[in-house]
Amino acid sequence: MQARRLTKRFGEFTAVDAVDFDIHVGEAFGFLGANGAGKTSTMRMIACLSPISGGTLQVLGLDPMREGPQIRSRIGLVPQDDTLDLELTVRDNLYLYGRYFGLPKKQLRERVDELLEFARLTERADERVDPLSGGMRRRLTIARALVSSPSLVILDEPTTGLDPQARHLLWDRLYRLKREGVTLVITTHYMDEAEQLCDRLVVMDAGRIAAAGSPRELIEQWSTREVVELRFEAEGHQVHGDRLADLAERVEVLPDRLLLYTDEGDATLDAVRSRGASPIAALVRRSTLEDVFLHLTGRSLVD
Amino acid sequence: MTFTPPPRDAANVSPDAASPQRRSRVSPALRAYQYNLLAYKRTWRGSLTTTFLYPVLYLAAIGVGLGHLIDHGSNKAVGGVPYLWFLAPGLLAGTAMQIGANESTFPVMAGIKWLKTYFAMLATPLEVTDVLYGHLLWILTRVALASGVFLAVMTAFHTVPSAWAVAAFPAAVLTGAAFSAPVMAFSATRETDQSFVVLYRFGIVPLFLFSGTFFPVTQLPGWLQVIARCTPLYQGVSLCRGLVLGRPGGWDALGHAVYLLVMFAGGVLAARVSYRRRLVQ
Repeated sequence: MQARRLTKRFGEFTAVDAVDFDIHVGEAFGFLGANGAGKTSTMRMIACLSPISGGTLQVLGLDPMREGPQIRSRIGLVPQDDTLDLELTVRDNLYLYGRYFGLPKKQLRERVDELLEFARLTERADERVDPLSGGMRRRLTIARALVSSPSLVILDEPTTGLDPQARHLLWDRLYRLKREGVTLVITTHYMDEAEQLCDRLVVMDAGRIAAAGSPRELIEQWSTREVVELRFEAEGHQVHGDRLADLAERVEVLPDRLLLYTDEGDATLDAVRSRGASPIAALVRRSTLEDVFLHLTGRSLVD
Repeated sequence: MTFTPPPRDAANVSPDAASPQRRSRVSPALRAYQYNLLAYKRTWRGSLTTTFLYPVLYLAAIGVGLGHLIDHGSNKAVGGVPYLWFLAPGLLAGTAMQIGANESTFPVMAGIKWLKTYFAMLATPLEVTDVLYGHLLWILTRVALASGVFLAVMTAFHTVPSAWAVAAFPAAVLTGAAFSAPVMAFSATRETDQSFVVLYRFGIVPLFLFSGTFFPVTQLPGWLQVIARCTPLYQGVSLCRGLVLGRPGGWDALGHAVYLLVMFAGGVLAARVSYRRRLVQ
């Protein structure tokens, strides 16, 4: 998949502003960004749901503007909203979706059984979707996207709103897809999700790509090895930030804490203490994509 | 956080493991139609009252009860036939309109907003026109079912004097279709279901009452009569009544049919535009 100066405008508003990216077969590629960064718009163009406003885009070597149905027959989409029919059973939801692809009935019935197994929903197969938990519905939506055995699966915020256990189960299913050679395109505003799942990713901000690379490369390029997090009494963060600025390569002042970017966290923390600063809580940790994002955009990902 | 890789022996979902894809030859719009068919199989009981019970109740209460009073006076105004004979084909057309309009409001909103079934379809090879035609075809199926049942009930009430009545079936379906397509076009532009109440109150209900369904439009004062004769339901009522009573009436009938066909075709064109505007952004 290849995008060059890909652009999406809604009237005056430019949601995606001339972005370039390449996605290779078999990799897990992420779009990381806050809400409104243009991730979903990009995703919808890739899935041929939304016409492009400018630039060029190729998906599976085809042109989304002219060959939408052919492309969509080879991709699986997991939209942000589940779009499941709550009145119908789990099985019927899978079955009907397969029929939209024109899969023959007999082949489809076998496929549905496999997918129920994959989504761990075999026991709920003949119940209505309505009472299912968010995690179950999400797994069903993913199973549904796989009904046509796509070589590319697009997931828009796959774990938003799920509890940690449901997320891990879902990630585990996605790992399996990846190992079986399915190309995954994932949007997320969770940096841990991007770090866990994505081989490469782009950080999007205000419709543009702020940085691109593997999670490790991004952290090496845009952050230090370690971070010292300090929490002080209310309102004191800006003052302490100014006083401690020279101890770290970079300082970020957040409403509830102070981040000191440094390669030697423990040494920096000792230096902080020897200055007589007494945070109510202190923590040394490794840099994450969250720090990369903070550096690139000046904002944290999840408010 | 660490993850244990799952065993490899579980269900195989890789693309290359699946047998080469065979696609069925069913046209894309019919695949969308199939959704409604399956959904209806699960929920058909709810529609029993409107489809089966209403015609019986209406014909019994108004046709037989009220008709008895009217027939004791003069039935000249209704063409010299028993009132029940006059009323039944009017109700047939009126019911076709109601089902056609009704099924084109809330279910369209459900497809767009409540259940988002349209969007589920659009993520597959189906196109906007497939989604539209599949749903429209389903609505016409519902109209056909209701019209068929209504005609059967009419026969049971001995209100079908002519074999022409067979042709009243497509006429009723055409009446429902003429309302369905434009209402679908309208519904796809709405953000809430509030407008549907307005459509009913100021559109469907007055049409039902004043289009010659319950009494001949000749009973209306002059200028209202002209308006009544121009309404779409009047065309459907006249067409159905002529056929059921065995007086199809040549050019008039053709005029009614063309009116309804044009309304249907215009509605389809409008719906193509409004569906595309709403669903592709």
